[in-house]
Amino acid sequence: MAYQVEEDRGFSIVLLTGDVDLSNTLVDLSDVTYIDSSGVASLVEGYQTAKKKNLKFGLVGVSGPAMSVLELARLNKVFPIYATVEECVNTDG
Amino acid sequence: MAESPMLELRFLSDPKRLRMVREKVQEVTEEIGCSKKLISDLIIAINEACMNIMQHAYKGDKSGEILLEIQTEHGNLEVVLTDYAAPIDPKLIRPRDLDDVKPGGLGTHFIQEIMDDCTYGNLENRAGNFLRMRKKIN
Repeated sequence: MAYQVEEDRGFSIVLLTGDVDLSNTLVDLSDVTYIDSSGVASLVEGYQTAKKKNLKFGLVGVSGPAMSVLELARLNKVFPIYATVEECVNTDG
Repeated sequence: MAESPMLELRFLSDPKRLRMVREKVQEVTEEIGCSKKLISDLIIAINEACMNIMQHAYKGDKSGEILLEIQTEHGNLEVVLTDYAAPIDPKLIRPRDLDDVKPGGLGTHFIQEIMDDCTYGNLENRAGNFLRMRKKIN
């Protein structure tokens, strides 16, 4: 699966290509400059959906601003967080 | 009496305005020499308070007006957000239990965790609500 995000008239358009199927998911937050509670809520939804399907869902390279918000929500103790994709693969792969 | 009014910003209840609000908050808090951590926290709290007004007071109506005022007073930063939507009972505004991991409902918790004091109320002479927040300047 591949994706691309485009901004268009107030919408973030996520373009998915390829096969979209059951798979483990890592969300790379290394370039996130700001995330609010609605962004965090989307991550929680992804985490809970993956958990229900016995799939892995983790965060990678969480930036300082994103980590501050996760800590405020005490979700840094809930999400599996990895410094790099390699760390995740070596730990859980 | 405030020592110096720093920001008086009126904007529409449209999520597209949030980035502009965050940039303005960053500008004024940098001007008074707040630490990077405090600036980051204030941006989070004010952004969440604006989102709450857009979602819960104006219920998604993007034509509503929001007034953001920031001023310093006796070594504190005082932030007041005013909306002109139907009055909301302040007793109904409370953070949720964080042990219950679920999407949503984090904004009020963020605000209360970051700010030293928060007061919600209804406007006296017309329909509307205010949120007064205070934070000691480090």
